[in-house]
Amino acid sequence: MTETSGRLAACLPIRSDMDLAWVRQHVRQAAAEIGFGLVEQTKLITAASELARNTLVHGGGGQVESVVLDNGRARGLRLTFTDAGPGIADVERALTDGYTSGGGLGLGLGGARRLVHEFSIDTRPGHGTCVTVVCWAAGAPRPRKEAR
Amino acid sequence: MTGGPGIPDGTHVPVLMLGDVLLVTLQGELHDKAAEQLQQDIAAAITDRSARGVVIDVSGVEIVDSFLGRVFAEIAASTRLLAAETVVAGMRPAVAITLVELGLTLPGLRTALDADEALRMLTRASGYLSHVPGRRENA
Repeated sequence: MTETSGRLAACLPIRSDMDLAWVRQHVRQAAAEIGFGLVEQTKLITAASELARNTLVHGGGGQVESVVLDNGRARGLRLTFTDAGPGIADVERALTDGYTSGGGLGLGLGGARRLVHEFSIDTRPGHGTCVTVVCWAAGAPRPRKEAR
Repeated sequence: MTGGPGIPDGTHVPVLMLGDVLLVTLQGELHDKAAEQLQQDIAAAITDRSARGVVIDVSGVEIVDSFLGRVFAEIAASTRLLAAETVVAGMRPAVAITLVELGLTLPGLRTALDADEALRMLTRASGYLSHVPGRRENA
């Protein structure tokens, strides 16, 4: 098993819809530099857009940290979205398509999970939410962690 | 490949009138507020200028997330209530693949491969085709 190394690429604030555009732009650039194909890029940017919007709308704002990964066989991008909002009481329900707590289509969290290779969520009511996703550039064995 | 000409600031989208069809061309980054503004601009333009169709050209759009997808669906629904039809034209293949995986298939939305085809669909539907200068009737 090769050690996975990481290099911090950026830490961006998520405070307005303008920031959402910056997050998309950063992820687009980082994914292109790593060597993601067009469809992979599009999926990752879309997932990042969904998660950043959750951070803004449900978490009351926060930040995203992006790290370029290298496990010796492939390169990838890890994005960590953090907010200090109300947290999610029922994570399984929040991941279900169609469930929404505010105005959207309820596809954000579950949809974002389908668009990436690795997805984890750490949240507690009253203590904010931290969502981490990883995408690997094509050609690598993909450790897809499917919960259902 | 970031941004794009036309709307560098992502804040305003022009709505053009072509015959009795509104043509909206989206490019690059579109901010949430601009998307919501667009929805109101289109509804106002339909009633002000008696438009019978709306073409939203998304060939310059690299990302459609659930927010923007919902805006498209709501534009289509509200234009229908105003007696007009909406066609979304020129979606990129990577965007279509991503939307399906996201779970957003937008079943009520009419689509066309490009803006030209979309205009043809709408003008054919309203019987307007013969009045558009420079366009031949080939039926």
